[in-house]
Amino acid sequence: MPKNVKVNVEYLTRVEGHGNIVVDVQDGKLKECRLDIIESPRFFEAMLRGRSIFEAQHITSRICGICACAHSLVSLQAAEDALGVKPSPQTTKLRKLLLHQELLDSHILHIYILVLPDLMKVKSFVPLLETHEKVVRRALKMKKCVNDVCEIIAGRHIHPISTVIGGFTKLPSKEDLKKILSMLKDLKLDIDATVELFKGIKFPEFERETEYVALVSDDDEYPLLEGDIGSTDGVRKHKHKYKEITNEFVVPHSTAKHTKLSRESYMVGALARLNLNFDKLLPRAKEVARELGFSVPCHNPYLNTVAQLIECVHCVDESISIVEEFLENGIDYSEQVVVGLNENSVVKVKAGWGVGAVEAPRGVLFHNYETDQDGRIINANCIIPTNQNLNNIEHDMKKLVPEILDKSEEEITLLLEMLVRAYDPCISCSTHFLDVEFVGRKS
Amino acid sequence: MKKVRVAFFDFSCCEGCQLQVANIGDLLLDILEKIELVEFREVMSERGGDYDVAVVEGSITTEHDVKRIKGIRQKAKVLIAYGSCACTGGVNGMKNNFDLEDVKEYVYKDRADWFNTVPTMAVDQVVKVDYYVNGCPVYPPEFVKVLKCALRGMPYKVPDYAVCVECKFNENECMYDKGVTCLGPITRAGCNSWCTNNGNICYGCRGMVSNPNKNGQKEVLKKYNIPLDWIMNKFNMYNKAKEGQQV
Repeated sequence: MPKNVKVNVEYLTRVEGHGNIVVDVQDGKLKECRLDIIESPRFFEAMLRGRSIFEAQHITSRICGICACAHSLVSLQAAEDALGVKPSPQTTKLRKLLLHQELLDSHILHIYILVLPDLMKVKSFVPLLETHEKVVRRALKMKKCVNDVCEIIAGRHIHPISTVIGGFTKLPSKEDLKKILSMLKDLKLDIDATVELFKGIKFPEFERETEYVALVSDDDEYPLLEGDIGSTDGVRKHKHKYKEITNEFVVPHSTAKHTKLSRESYMVGALARLNLNFDKLLPRAKEVARELGFSVPCHNPYLNTVAQLIECVHCVDESISIVEEFLENGIDYSEQVVVGLNENSVVKVKAGWGVGAVEAPRGVLFHNYETDQDGRIINANCIIPTNQNLNNIEHDMKKLVPEILDKSEEEITLLLEMLVRAYDPCISCSTHFLDVEFVGRKS
Repeated sequence: MKKVRVAFFDFSCCEGCQLQVANIGDLLLDILEKIELVEFREVMSERGGDYDVAVVEGSITTEHDVKRIKGIRQKAKVLIAYGSCACTGGVNGMKNNFDLEDVKEYVYKDRADWFNTVPTMAVDQVVKVDYYVNGCPVYPPEFVKVLKCALRGMPYKVPDYAVCVECKFNENECMYDKGVTCLGPITRAGCNSWCTNNGNICYGCRGMVSNPNKNGQKEVLKKYNIPLDWIMNKFNMYNKAKEGQQV
């Protein structure tokens, strides 16, 4: 039945940053379908120019409050690549442990606080306090637990302190490690309870096959901190060639830079990672996937939330085994780094160019720096997962809207909001989004 | 007793300070018993209505922001500037080191003219602020303290002594003795020397004390042969927007 539908969600809530959804259907035909981004641009790349490469991590972690650790880790990787510094195996392992906490923290926030209210048909976690107090308490406890672990490893979760070029300015004591281990074991029980909760929850049915992009590697480890960039369409490239992956372009009438690779759009994030690397998950995570009825390839973007939950299972198990290994083999405290604008000249500065590619909670994240002979940044580029997903979200919306036209405008709006939220967009991160004023926009 | 209505608003920032609220665990539920949260876009879809207390995160970086913050100030009985970006302009202030046209062109190339951006301002450079929670990110115990004061109508004064005071209490080895420049001697305390406790330096995210010991600092710089502009450049990272002004 021909139908007119106008959806205009202003200031989309329960996402990080500011965005609008605009859909316009006339006589049953889709005229317009956009996710507008209205975040104030912050110009990080421009501000980095002239700063010391040793400050890059500190500054760029401030791009995002949710994935500050991922920005920090990718920044260090890019800086070390430019300076020719190779981190020690101990440093790499500690960084992996930190990145696992990052995924856990962000996924828990997304699953419980941002997505669950939709599935429970309420507007936020606040009404859930009345109806599902235990669930909310568990979510807050889990978040605090991961935060406490981060606090021990890196000083704090939001804007880590001890992560610097060359390693860590503070290393955990044996007591610290024991504390982390017991917290993680506690967390594991809560994640199991989360899995039980999600067994009874139904997600919207919708499928659109796209290209999935994530880090890939040749070893058996589920790649998060290191690797080449791969896709389900058979692309594989070294991180130095990240621009050949993202191919940023500007679309007329769109307000943001989009990306594409082998087809009209691609997706990054937990679902993309599972579609590429499911076999490398730890056994318990694979088992949970089966219990939740999830299998790859999976082309339903709403299930990105389930993919995140499966990754939580993997990350907590992997974290436990890293900590157990540290407890068994001990930590080499001589590796502790003294910070500073390299005033002690431990790391020689030089002119260089480096790239970092790390799996942030929302997908693969790139930083690229060029430095002069004094170690000052002359050029910087950051490409954020949400930028890469935006084009894919719009293509999903274009396929989804005609399929749900028989529903009420309220239901259509909710399904669209849920779709965008499933990607867990981190709009304040998206340094490349453009900011425009919209006619009729309220504030 | 009628609950105090509290609303959170974000401007140009990373939203990490809002998230700090979610990171305090069960304590958050105790706070929620005392207040009614009427707006918090990052985690709630409910919105609208009046509010008594506005907690404002982020700095003012567009003309639209200027209008919006003025509107919030009109409605709110109490306004709390929340985090470095709101209190001092924070890292967003580094934009003011450059010509705005150059900054726009560098990031957005030929689309630069799609933007409206103004030099970064702290919230109190546009409207009156009643309470400050400094820091990047905010230190949660201090936020709870400020919130308690705001709810009871009591004053809160951000400590006006150097981070060194807290750092000494925490028995950290002085960064200068390790041969590293640190902004602790001129930066306002209240964070329990969070960064130096973890082996990093103080980056001055809480702004400068009102009466820094200039001569003492000059002696320190001379002793360790550190140029003044080096320190100022570092201090710029969080405080450029308020350059030359009392914090």
